[in-house]
Amino acid sequence: MAKYPPPEELIKINYTTPVKSWMDTKTAFKPGNFSYPGKPDILKYLGMPNPREWTPTDDDWKLPPDWQRIVMEKFRSLLKKYRSFKIFMDICVRCGACADKCHFFIGGGDPKNMPVLRAELLRSIYRGEFSAAAKVLGKLAGARKLEEDVIKEWFLYFYQCTECRRCSLFCPYGIDTAEITMMARELLHEVGCNINWILEPAANCNRTGNHLGIQPHAYKDMMDFLCDDIEEITGKRIRPNVNKKGCEILFITPSGDIFADPGIYTYMGYLILFEHLGLDVTWSTYASEGGNFGLFTSDKMMKKLNAKMYAEAERLGAKWILGGECGHMWRVINQYMSTMNGPADFLETPVSPITGTKFDAAAGTKMLHIAEFTADLIKHGKLNLDPSRNDNFKTTFHDSCNPARGMGLFEEPRYVLKNVCRYFYEMPENTIREQTFCCGGGAGLNNEEFTETRLRGGLPRGNAVKYVRDRHGVNNLACVCAIDRATLPPLCDYWAPGVGVSGLHELVGNAIILDGEKKRTTDLRQNPLPGMEDEEE
Amino acid sequence: MAAFYSFLAVLALIVIPWLGVGMGMGALFGIVLPYIAIIIFMVGFTMRIVDWAKSPVPFCIPTTGGQQKSLPWIKNSPWDNPYDKKGVFMRMVLEVLCFRSLFRNTSVKLQQEGPKVGYSSEKSLWLFALIFHYCFLLILVRHLRFFMAPVPYPVHIAEFLDSILQIGLPVMYQSDALILAGLLFLLARRVFDGKVRYISLMQDYFPLLLLVGIVVTGIWMRYVVKVDVIAVKELAMGIVTLHPHMPKAAIDPSVYAHLTLVCALFIYFPFSKLMHMGGVFLSPTRVAPNMSRRAMWVNPWNDPSIKPHSYAAYEDDFREKMIEAGLPVDKQA
Repeated sequence: MAKYPPPEELIKINYTTPVKSWMDTKTAFKPGNFSYPGKPDILKYLGMPNPREWTPTDDDWKLPPDWQRIVMEKFRSLLKKYRSFKIFMDICVRCGACADKCHFFIGGGDPKNMPVLRAELLRSIYRGEFSAAAKVLGKLAGARKLEEDVIKEWFLYFYQCTECRRCSLFCPYGIDTAEITMMARELLHEVGCNINWILEPAANCNRTGNHLGIQPHAYKDMMDFLCDDIEEITGKRIRPNVNKKGCEILFITPSGDIFADPGIYTYMGYLILFEHLGLDVTWSTYASEGGNFGLFTSDKMMKKLNAKMYAEAERLGAKWILGGECGHMWRVINQYMSTMNGPADFLETPVSPITGTKFDAAAGTKMLHIAEFTADLIKHGKLNLDPSRNDNFKTTFHDSCNPARGMGLFEEPRYVLKNVCRYFYEMPENTIREQTFCCGGGAGLNNEEFTETRLRGGLPRGNAVKYVRDRHGVNNLACVCAIDRATLPPLCDYWAPGVGVSGLHELVGNAIILDGEKKRTTDLRQNPLPGMEDEEE
Repeated sequence: MAAFYSFLAVLALIVIPWLGVGMGMGALFGIVLPYIAIIIFMVGFTMRIVDWAKSPVPFCIPTTGGQQKSLPWIKNSPWDNPYDKKGVFMRMVLEVLCFRSLFRNTSVKLQQEGPKVGYSSEKSLWLFALIFHYCFLLILVRHLRFFMAPVPYPVHIAEFLDSILQIGLPVMYQSDALILAGLLFLLARRVFDGKVRYISLMQDYFPLLLLVGIVVTGIWMRYVVKVDVIAVKELAMGIVTLHPHMPKAAIDPSVYAHLTLVCALFIYFPFSKLMHMGGVFLSPTRVAPNMSRRAMWVNPWNDPSIKPHSYAAYEDDFREKMIEAGLPVDKQA
């Protein structure tokens, strides 16, 4: 199974920089450092340029004949559309404060993964094309011509950025590599250089409503299967509403949660919470995806995929939308949704039907984060909780990049966690909250073929987990992100063996005492509860 | 190489006026060049800012550095994660006056055994950058004495504070020594820190060396040659009152070298990374409040023709399967 080196070998990282200029270093593709390109039929379905069979290790990338003109035209149009792009191209002083903030640099040592240099990959072309002085001075002034190697370099390094924005926090001018990466990816789309792991989910999402391509009947089946499990554990049958009109609330969460371990336990947690409250809520198969791989594609794709949320809320006649645990989903909702597809005047500002709290923070989008919703419930004493059911877990909390640096959701999940678990320990302060480290798989890079680079990029996070494991015996890493739930388990196995991964609402689901439930002997994973190891059914 | 060429360029900017003045071109370096420099600076700076300010900010994308404002009982960070204009104002005050983001700086240490990745606070860049910028400001204020008659009271205060240690005669300004320390630190980082050297370009070395040149010629004038300050002020007042003339008393060539370097800085400024001075005030990740979930943020080029794959099309695609699974449908098969 292990096609990648063991930790002892991977850790031999060299941070020293070569003597030769970075412009003279050729881009090297090798298994594990790139993601597979977008398949031609997917590109065709999405109406994207230059669909063809190709591999990054090929010499000839089959770019369109006038690709230079195409790229420069797009470059110009992006500079006109985004002040951020223009300013970030112009004002970097190369102070280097961002250099060692990127998890891919920390875990890999490749200098082109220093955020400043990642941006210079674009800036060098910007200067070469738009600045007369730099054109004359050439390499001395960091300017170069747009050649095929530049496209190759862009493809490698802009698909080695998870858009986590950690560098942007430390930049004295707020230069945001996520923004730069988004622009670079738009440029690459123009000549048909993109990755399948992003485009196929985007295509799926468009047609089936979710990234995984789960069709409505299959979605319902999987939901029933999870309800069976809940019945087995709690003795209570839950019958969730699906695509039902006239409910007060529409609930949307990433499809990863219904599909794979350990996301499914979080999904069960949501179902148990709604049952406990008797919430007037419906799920939707048409809008069965909270995440948005359009964010990693282009502003158009992001808008198109996001638009389903409001469209479905309107069709079903819901009053407001509740959103599940997901990282980039919340970046989109907090920073893009209303701008792209709002104002959603047919909805109302979310009000908790249980506590009466009006959530002004969501007055514009009308969409509430479930951690905010649950924190409010707990604060008002509306949940019947038995935190001792989570005593098998010693938990720490991973702040996902997007809710952290694109929203500021820090206290709500912690408050919930501390009320449903009795053992909670924070990781070191330079690795949490706004300084949190990425799981290594954000921005559409959580694919199999990229695992080695992902594990490298996961070193800072994995090492912080290992620290609390060794110090406090932590055995569970809680998080509020579906990509985290997919990428952190192998990451922990690799860097901090013995630590599992759970969603926040899995732990909520464990702790909630449903009315009339049977005596629980196992948690949602069907592992024995503390003191129940010998109980038999 | 980039550093060496930058050094040569700065050297040329000292030597040329030095020799030129000897050949009777004082008016060129003392009057014509300053006017050109001021015009280029003002026009160039304004054009850059206007160009940035005119380009749209389609999305509200602040980098949030603290707790959002959500539930009333959760304490939020109004300055690191501002939700209104007041918060943004404070965030920018901290950013511009205290270099807040740079203050966070850490450095990574990797230990192979364990393995262990550690992060230690790294404030030297913050400290020396702050020293440099504040000394620069103070020196600029001090120089107002050459351009104003009578000299305003705040300028006197700045001079008094700057020379409070009363070392030497003429009294030494602390800012002269400190700015040199700041600049040399920033330069040394570029030369000796492998990572920073790797990313450094000519346009990183040149302004640093230019500023070093300005400081050194300034120190030379004041402490070594002790130039005729009255004559220099006469020249300067002539320029600002738009009655330019060469003073009767001779001015040391080092003054012209100093002045030419300053002019070079002014001319270079609008076309360079030094525009970070204006750009920081327009950086969308810093000046936008985190409010787009609370209220509407408008994108001027939002395209209303982009629609989702409609529910009707979705249902057409899966209707039979949906009915079979007991899911409600809008249109019966």
